[in-house]
Amino acid sequence: MRRELLAAMKFETDARRASVLVTDVADGAQFLLLASSEPKNSVEVAARQALLDGESRMALVEGREYFFTVAWPAPRLVIVGASHVSQALAALSVTAGFDVAIVDPRKAFASERRFPGVNLVAQWPQDAFKQAPLDPFCAVALLAHVPSIDDPALLEALDAGCFYIGALGSKKTRDARMKRLAAAGRQSEADRIHAPIGLDIGARTPAEIAVAILAEIVSVMRRGGARRR
Amino acid sequence: MAFDWLQEGRGVAIATVIETWGSAPRRSGSHLIVDQEGHFAGSVSGGCVEAEVIVAATECIESGAPKILEFGVEDETAWRIGLPCGGRIRVYVEKVS
Repeated sequence: MRRELLAAMKFETDARRASVLVTDVADGAQFLLLASSEPKNSVEVAARQALLDGESRMALVEGREYFFTVAWPAPRLVIVGASHVSQALAALSVTAGFDVAIVDPRKAFASERRFPGVNLVAQWPQDAFKQAPLDPFCAVALLAHVPSIDDPALLEALDAGCFYIGALGSKKTRDARMKRLAAAGRQSEADRIHAPIGLDIGARTPAEIAVAILAEIVSVMRRGGARRR
Repeated sequence: MAFDWLQEGRGVAIATVIETWGSAPRRSGSHLIVDQEGHFAGSVSGGCVEAEVIVAATECIESGAPKILEFGVEDETAWRIGLPCGGRIRVYVEKVS
């Protein structure tokens, strides 16, 4: 592989765009197809499909073997609310390969001491997202449990098409949130919100709840959450 | 990571799982990155064939020629470098130049 190709892939993922490296495995010839490029031949059509599926794979096109290496941007997890559950979720998610950010305007919560080494944004979500916009490769976990913090983040996450949106709270809290969503005229988007948040694994402690949330995010990312509950 | 290693002036090869049959520990697209001294990061299996891939990768850094490796229970070297899970994998090894 030429060094320039590797640099170009990195440039795309750093800019939070997907790309796919096409390798002719018989002779080693390679090129990079960007998410924005229109496929011009049958190889590029197959490569583009792999990119959309988010799946690196082999393909036989017109008698030749090609391997498509799909490079998606690192999944980003934005945790809204610097709570006890957030502390455990941040640590687990970094290990699982997520690019993690914590957003909470309450500086007593969003402190370096409580979240050593984590990207902390002590701002209101709507201000935080102006600097680091949400995108479809983002998961958003609403854990503040305070509507004035969670709700603006929820609306932005819906607008940005984030692949996962989960909100902490009992069924009662969820129903109250649904009423506010309906009042904002956005009732039809309610089924995009995972609430109560996390897979039902009987979690009790904050760390166990974090495991349930991370498991749900991975399940949605990898198979559209098909087997959820 | 491969890019960071290059910036440090290390010779780098990338091994990629390009095909799997049956039960295989890592999916297509999984990478193992190797430098000329055999340091490595990532994986192409559960650890069963890495040693062989690392040797091939360091050779590849010297020669510059990409190659395809196959591992599986049907392989005559199964006892040495077979996949205990019973699957078969193909690995593409290439130098970054």
